Amino acid sequence: MKQKELDGYQEFVKGIWRENPVFVQVLGMCPMLAVTNSAMNAVVMGVATFFVLVASSFMISSLQHWIPRQVRISLYIVIIATFVTLADYTILATLPAAHKQLGAFIPLIVVNCMILGRQEAFASRFPVKYAVLDAVGMAGGFLFAMLALGSVREILGTGTLFDIPLFGKGFEPWVTMILPPGGFLTLGLILLFFNWVTKKRGEFLQQVATEREGL
Amino acid sequence: MKSNDPHLRLLPAPLLRQGMTTPSAMRDVILALLPAVIAGTWFFGLKALLVLAASIAGAMAVEWAFTPIEKRRNAIGDNSALLTGLLLGMTLPPALPLWMAFVGGMTAIGLGKVIWGGLGTNLFNPALLGRAFLLGTFPIAMTTWSAPGVGFFDLPSSLLALPFQSPVYDAVAAATPLGLMKFEQKGSDFLNLLIGNTGGSLGETSGLLLILGGLYLWWRRDLDWRIPVAIALAAVIFSSALYLADSAKYPGPLFTLFSGGFLLGAIYMATDPVTSPLTPRGAWIFGLGAGLLVVLIRVFGGFPEGMMYAILLMNAATPLIDRYTQPRVFGRGGETK
Repeated sequence: MKQKELDGYQEFVKGIWRENPVFVQVLGMCPMLAVTNSAMNAVVMGVATFFVLVASSFMISSLQHWIPRQVRISLYIVIIATFVTLADYTILATLPAAHKQLGAFIPLIVVNCMILGRQEAFASRFPVKYAVLDAVGMAGGFLFAMLALGSVREILGTGTLFDIPLFGKGFEPWVTMILPPGGFLTLGLILLFFNWVTKKRGEFLQQVATEREGL
Repeated sequence: MKSNDPHLRLLPAPLLRQGMTTPSAMRDVILALLPAVIAGTWFFGLKALLVLAASIAGAMAVEWAFTPIEKRRNAIGDNSALLTGLLLGMTLPPALPLWMAFVGGMTAIGLGKVIWGGLGTNLFNPALLGRAFLLGTFPIAMTTWSAPGVGFFDLPSSLLALPFQSPVYDAVAAATPLGLMKFEQKGSDFLNLLIGNTGGSLGETSGLLLILGGLYLWWRRDLDWRIPVAIALAAVIFSSALYLADSAKYPGPLFTLFSGGFLLGAIYMATDPVTSPLTPRGAWIFGLGAGLLVVLIRVFGGFPEGMMYAILLMNAATPLIDRYTQPRVFGRGGETK
């Protein structure tokens, strides 16, 4: 396979913003909508996904020459599932309350399409160093998105952030926000904002470029 | 165009104009709603007007903020945001905190219209979408109704709750006729239903004035008469059948027609030209479906009032109805030649 020129910094930073798995690629929607009803849940979920993605990217990238093409997907799933089990039991041992709240969604990290997508599209084709950098960037972007959604929903839905009350007594909770419709609404509005920023940024860069040409 | 002008006129086509424009249609609807608004203010006092003003302000603020500067004069001037805010306000409880009404107006225009691309492109009725959001978000405040006929200048403390703060109700809440029917199997006096002297949303209680406004709109040709007629027909047939089956348990057809938001919804919201079918046959299907759903939700559903969800559901079906009721195009040729 012909290697393209890789730049470690670029591979790391693209996942945070330019190719953010949630806001740009719209992957991993299941945990995104299901467990972001409080910032704490969102962070636990984001960190667990972070661990699984980075560890399995490292593993698969180092094993890429021994994995036969025909059975690669099932092997990826087995490797990912191993790390998910690790994460599952770690959370159960350290944060039993959060584990109870997240419930079935921790085992479901196995089928998070963002993780499988990174293995198939990146980790299995490029050297270990870049695969890990890419995984850290992507998982960081995912964590950032989870945190953004979880914070908005928790602030409006219960008036707290990480269980710290923000509005004092007598806050009227916005019930919709902690229910599923709130997840869809918030995600939609954040996507809208993201696309708007990207568009404005593109227009700005275009303008700068034409001005520079004019000089 | 009648003209006694002897001069030769050179004008670009079209030469005949109907005179009905978006702003004029919107103005007609607002005029038709005014009597009901005045009646609501009479029964519920100044607080009703304040809730209306807050909801209109929310709608206009979002419309203004999300319209490009060069289009602002048209977007605000065509009264559509004003009408959306007014319709939303009329479906709200009179003692709702003003900040909630403002949020509702913002949601109605923001999520109901702007996000779809502005006037004429939305799938759901914006006012009802705003109300659905409010009902889901603040379920307690949205179902705490106050009784009509208190002092005109009484401003309950719940109305003036600070933003993000829970309202504190100082008066005992009154039940709406629909709530009484659903939870206590009690009917209401028909005359009070007709003139609007009952608990309920501030603009939907007076059946008589809403019908008068509807007749005005029909005379001005601003609404498709088939939709309200079909909704009423379906609701009357369905509720009569239930009433005949068990008159102690189910409300009669007259009660169905004049209670809750039925008339406001059927005449002013279901007939929104943007979100209702274009073809006459489609209008009949739309209306019959909505009428059936209202009775279904009211009688067998969990909510006392079903008009909002009935219309929103039929709104969702509108593109499909339009697709299947297109008139046949003649003169295009066909299989048999």
